[in-house]
Amino acid sequence: MSAAKGTAKPRRFNPDRDVEDWHGAYVPYDILKEALVALLVVGVLIAGLSIIFSSPDEHPVTLKSWTANDPVDFAQTAITELDGTSAVATYGPPYNATPGSSQSIGFFSPEKWFGVRHPVNTAQDFVIDPLRTLPNRPALTAVLNRYTSAPSSQQALWTAAYEKAVTKASFAHGALRVPAGRYGPVAPMMSALTSMARSGSLDGALLSSSQFYDTNYTKPLLYIADGTYLANLAGQQHLQGNQWGMMNETGSFPGQAWLWLYTLWYQVPPMNSSPNADLQVWAIMMGLTVLLVCLPFIPGLRSIPRWSRVYRLIWRVHYQDLKGPATT
Amino acid sequence: MMIVLVIRALVNLNGPGHYLHWGFIQISVANVLLIALMVVVFVGAILIPFRRGKGRNR
Amino acid sequence: MSIETGSPGPQTHAGPDSRQWTARARKAAVAAFPPERLLPDRQPAYMASWIYVFGILTLVSLAWVILTGCVLAIMGPTWWHMSTVGLFVNSLHLWSVEAFFFFMVIHLWGKFFMAAWRGNRRLTWITGVVTFVISVGAAFTGYLSQQNFDSQWISTQAKDGINASGAGAIFNVLNFGQMLMWHIVLLPLVVVALTGVHVLMVRRRGIVPPFVVEGDAASSAPNSSPVETEDDS
Repeated sequence: MSAAKGTAKPRRFNPDRDVEDWHGAYVPYDILKEALVALLVVGVLIAGLSIIFSSPDEHPVTLKSWTANDPVDFAQTAITELDGTSAVATYGPPYNATPGSSQSIGFFSPEKWFGVRHPVNTAQDFVIDPLRTLPNRPALTAVLNRYTSAPSSQQALWTAAYEKAVTKASFAHGALRVPAGRYGPVAPMMSALTSMARSGSLDGALLSSSQFYDTNYTKPLLYIADGTYLANLAGQQHLQGNQWGMMNETGSFPGQAWLWLYTLWYQVPPMNSSPNADLQVWAIMMGLTVLLVCLPFIPGLRSIPRWSRVYRLIWRVHYQDLKGPATT
Repeated sequence: MMIVLVIRALVNLNGPGHYLHWGFIQISVANVLLIALMVVVFVGAILIPFRRGKGRNR
Repeated sequence: MSIETGSPGPQTHAGPDSRQWTARARKAAVAAFPPERLLPDRQPAYMASWIYVFGILTLVSLAWVILTGCVLAIMGPTWWHMSTVGLFVNSLHLWSVEAFFFFMVIHLWGKFFMAAWRGNRRLTWITGVVTFVISVGAAFTGYLSQQNFDSQWISTQAKDGINASGAGAIFNVLNFGQMLMWHIVLLPLVVVALTGVHVLMVRRRGIVPPFVVEGDAASSAPNSSPVETEDDS
């Protein structure tokens, strides 16, 4: 039936776009039976895979387990949170407004445009505020007040000295030990924070900082990811970016094989050494996705099925029927 | 049940994974097997004869 | 006074010229999807390949994903960490997702090599690809909802790409509550809706016929010069 709307313009037949209507034979087919059989077959398949292989469940890292296993790494991370030199502190949007930190392609910088939406002040949120939640610690309160009331230049001197010294720190008899130096209140703050983390109360303080029922793990996750402990565990499981980790799962489980093309771009120049790699890879994948969606409209690409002649195998019974005697 | 226990003991996927390296490509054995299986199943789906016999509803 | 017999009497529905939205919508729906097209008991004879079962395999895998997901939802997000039955249901959920992607990709390869967008079936192709992309997002939020080491690593790594695109301003992968709700409410609704449209498009347009090969007897009327119309069944 011709379209009643507008003018119907006859177009030249394009085999990659058009078809000739099928006026040939139809065969009986039970669509509901097929669906039920498929449901049962797949059900048996996944039940078998689940019984044999189960699923992975590696325990999460906590600030408590981090400091139990690598307290020096925790302290090295905590001092950079206090002095604002950590990866999170210098991340930029959406966590804070560090200039020049947003990724861009030319003028295109959506990260910057959307601004700070999940504010994180690492000195306050990761060090000072959690320490202030500890009850009945007048000496610690005095230390914190000394730090917060000092001019920023003095704070910088203390933190820089401590950051240099903590690379030689050790942990013995439940306490963090750094070489002697002029750290002011910073050394007792870092010791108290490390002890707080080892007790487990830093995990709680970071999570319920704003309300009782909190399901937002932004702060503890950013904190843990700033250290090397999590990354080292991930490296052992081949999950890091340069290990094509995006495709992988813990243990020997199959992972997300469908992410192969996404992670591939991170391994090739210029993305593999670019500070804007994330935005570049995202843009490439958006472009390729649009290409795939619009494939029916793209001459050349939409001709590949016909050129490849794989259809000769798929429809070989049909082509044999056409050649052979008339179908019943 | 015994065979399930045997397979489970042999193939405990919670153990450390194995990885293949080709140049800059690194891929887990599990993923390679999965992708290879997809290709095999696709080729099989195209090549294996599909009989439209009388009385069969497929 | 009439006795109720259950059979429709006169004036139980508006006439064919009714301008009512309901009547017009029903008329359009029935025209687009008459019952024998919605639930056919015949299929074209050219559908003689195992590649054609991968669409339904994908659909039933999605059904298992949703069913097992519902069981996990009934018991709450931490259940599977503390119960062997819960771990088993989680495994069913994981492997049904693996099966879903396995069959969907093979279905995509098959449809590509059949150039299944031909004959006004572009929307079928488009909804299929978009469903695939959204499904990747749904699986991603699922990985984030595991509440274990894997979700910690995936979230802290993925945040950089998502933040760079600007989406991180709203879509915070480190926010478990938000990611769980995207995973069990928003994205399943979108995937199911898109899948529904995709399947309805398949029913509406039918399965794409084979390429015509030179020298073969034509299977249709000789003077075929297709006119671009809305209705190409």
